Amino acid sequence: MKFIVSAIITASLAYGLGLYFPWWTVVIAGMLTGFFIPQHWGLSFLSAFTGVFMLWGLMALFISISNDHILAKRISMLVIKNDSPYLIILITALIGGLTSGLSASTSRSLVNLIKK
Amino acid sequence: MKYIIFLLSLLLNIALVYVIGTRSVLPLPLGSFLSVQEGVWQNAEPVDEDFNASMRFDELQGKVDVYLDDRLVPHVFAEQENDAYFVQGFLHAKFRLWQMEFQTHAAAGRVSEIVGEKAINFDRNQRRMGMIFAAENALAAMEKDPQTISAIDAYTAGVNAYISKLKASELPIEYKLLGYQPEKWTNLKSALFTKQMTQTLAGYDRDFEYTNALKLLGEENFRILYPSIPDSLYPVIAKGTLYSKPLAALNPPASADSLYFQRKDTIQFVEDFKPNPSNGSNSWAVSGSKTQSGKPILSNDPHLGLTLPSIWFEIQLKTPAFNAYGVSFPGLPGVVIGFNDSISFGFTNAGRDVKDYYEIQFRDNDKKEYWFDSSWNATTRRVEQIRIKNAKTIEDTVAYTVFGPVMYDKSFKTDLTAEKAYALKWVAHDTSNILKMWMLLNRASNYTDYLEAIGHFNVPGQNMIFASNSGDIALWQQGSFPLRWNDQGLFVMPGTDSSYMWKGYIPHEENPHAFNPSEGYLSSANQRAADSSYPYFMPGSYEVYRPITINRMLASMNNITAQDMQLLQNNNYNVFAEDARPILLKYIITEQLSADEKKYLSLVASWNLMNDASEKAPTCFTAWWDSLHAEVFNDDLIQEKMPLAKPEKFVLLEALERDSSFRFIDNINTPIKEDLYQMVTIALKKASKKLASLEKENKLEWARYKNTTVYHLLKTNAMAFAREGLINGGGNGIINATQHDHGPSWRMVVEMTSPTNAYGVYPGGQSGNPGSKFYDNFIDQWAKGAYYKLWFMESAAIEGAKCKWKMSFASK
Repeated sequence: MKFIVSAIITASLAYGLGLYFPWWTVVIAGMLTGFFIPQHWGLSFLSAFTGVFMLWGLMALFISISNDHILAKRISMLVIKNDSPYLIILITALIGGLTSGLSASTSRSLVNLIKK
Repeated sequence: MKYIIFLLSLLLNIALVYVIGTRSVLPLPLGSFLSVQEGVWQNAEPVDEDFNASMRFDELQGKVDVYLDDRLVPHVFAEQENDAYFVQGFLHAKFRLWQMEFQTHAAAGRVSEIVGEKAINFDRNQRRMGMIFAAENALAAMEKDPQTISAIDAYTAGVNAYISKLKASELPIEYKLLGYQPEKWTNLKSALFTKQMTQTLAGYDRDFEYTNALKLLGEENFRILYPSIPDSLYPVIAKGTLYSKPLAALNPPASADSLYFQRKDTIQFVEDFKPNPSNGSNSWAVSGSKTQSGKPILSNDPHLGLTLPSIWFEIQLKTPAFNAYGVSFPGLPGVVIGFNDSISFGFTNAGRDVKDYYEIQFRDNDKKEYWFDSSWNATTRRVEQIRIKNAKTIEDTVAYTVFGPVMYDKSFKTDLTAEKAYALKWVAHDTSNILKMWMLLNRASNYTDYLEAIGHFNVPGQNMIFASNSGDIALWQQGSFPLRWNDQGLFVMPGTDSSYMWKGYIPHEENPHAFNPSEGYLSSANQRAADSSYPYFMPGSYEVYRPITINRMLASMNNITAQDMQLLQNNNYNVFAEDARPILLKYIITEQLSADEKKYLSLVASWNLMNDASEKAPTCFTAWWDSLHAEVFNDDLIQEKMPLAKPEKFVLLEALERDSSFRFIDNINTPIKEDLYQMVTIALKKASKKLASLEKENKLEWARYKNTTVYHLLKTNAMAFAREGLINGGGNGIINATQHDHGPSWRMVVEMTSPTNAYGVYPGGQSGNPGSKFYDNFIDQWAKGAYYKLWFMESAAIEGAKCKWKMSFASK
């Protein structure tokens, strides 16, 4: 339960910050939930990862579907030299998820370190 | 353990953010680039995007309603004329902002700011040509004309109204890709755009190449290889037209023989960034006597580099003063090629040489003084600051002489010596307001209005075709063309003596022109405008073959419809091959050929002379003829580090038609003396090797060989945004002038009935956004030679409801 709540909170924070600030605020979203929600550092990573992975992945998917994947095809050709819209959506989700997840595990493990 | 976990996590986190947050490791900062809320996903336009909008701007005087049709063509209805330009600027920016800025950055020599050091040479070339100097002069002239400047001011304000409300997430993809931000639009940028067009269309010359050829080969051979008038010339103005005597006798200076025609040395450096000599166009008008409707039909297809986003943007502008429809240049107000309720207008390039080089003698390395008319004269120095991405700004000092900027000196071309330098004299530097022509053409209602409009145009010289619904057709070759003595400006001229300067310009009224000719049609396709009886020397880079087919077809056609004209624009007949093939077939020694070579020979022999997409023969013929051309000339004309021009293809053809023992046939590098039989046979043998490897790759069919591609403006750096492998016929010297990445950039046919019956298509789409379905949606239609019916709205009140979207603009 804590895991799911933590994921949802990270995703919401990331979305809210993303409305006004650059992409790297997913780091802040991960750090905040990692810092305030006590759980194993591994779960902190996974929950923040899952939250932002789902946020970026689903948003990219919905955007791409309503665009008939016109852009995703071109961007996948550009970035991975391969006409594969779903792969570029997956990469997008992974980038967001990893960045946020690592930020959460970093701040959680810092808390563990300080608390002793 | 806890330490390790923390440090590992922290390090990984920092490493990841560094990798995806900067361009140091990956070519793209994937974090911001793929971010769903900020990156490219925001450019993915829903296929059912709602373009309806309602906006208010202080700058507007009245109301403007924009109706967008199903192809995203805006039909702008403005209560005030300048408001129409404001909205045009806004729409250009909304759909084409990156392109507008990139093209004008390129014109100004500012590409290094975007892509870094690799563009320094390009930027210096632009600066040293005086592109900004030219644009400043043009802007000064525009500012003197209240009508033009108020239009430009409104246009610029419109572009900036869009830019200022642009959010980071809405930036065009290319900004995200390259990592920079748009700056404010300025009137100077519009002026720069006109100069970029001038460079494309009137920036080609062969002065250095010709100078070397004359020195190396002697005058007699020079005249043979670079004749000024082809035997098969079909001039714009019919042969046999009588011209008046020239206003003044133009004689070369007394010193010309020793200082000009008999140079002591050759020129040993190579110019870069020359414009494509294929930049050209077709246009024609047929009068009512030859059409089914009894009204004139005007056709135009300008041939330019094919790019995405397209150079053109379709638009209709309706103001109290006029109602015009056609294509516009993102970057300029008004309709550039199109029609209104009374007239239609189009352009082909004149191809005249309006660009000469003068050899300058500097006093010393400082470039502060140069020798001119027996004394040392001061140069004006312009210090160009070239900003470079991720590197220090560099300065380039360009000396300006009485002729113009010193483009080539030792600081730019290190092969040159310290004293030797070349100044550029170019009509593009003159002060003139060419936008005024379009301001007046858009509202012109008859031939007299057209004449007044085109009088404002100086460069790039154009053949301006005209048709009216009152039944007139006309064509003027318009522009400022230098008054020259014979052969002046073919070669580099001495810059030490004022007697080598241009003697002014040919009076406009003596420019070649025609009005309602008895034949019932007029055409131009970049050929020499007049035959040898034209009283002025008119050097240039001219097409020979397209005009022959066009004139032959137009002469034979009657009862013409708009559909007939569309078919003619897509005609693939190879009239060059009609003359060249008999020579190849006559001189080939069949007994010496292998089975493969015989196969290619028989393809050429049985060909119907159409460069159609699925034909293999055009590929074989082209490879064979090009191979013959190289066999004949390469031994004589390939010299290291010395620029020389390849003779035009008509030169070889006409020479062989006249004389099968043409003096250049022999290969000077072999002990034996080759004849035409041997050369034609060797040529096929060499071509066959290339053809065999093409055949293995399944590229023998003409369209596959040609591989027509519409590149993104970033060329091979953005192939994901290009369209490759279009199935399309045509080619060089063919009415359908579609080559690999060059060809008809807009095809338009306008029948001057009431209401106007017009068709058009261009290889692109109205949106410059690769994430929009309107990015390239016209391309397939264009590739197969089909058109869209252009919807010329007379009244918003009646027809507005048929449009898909409406944008309302009003003052605050």
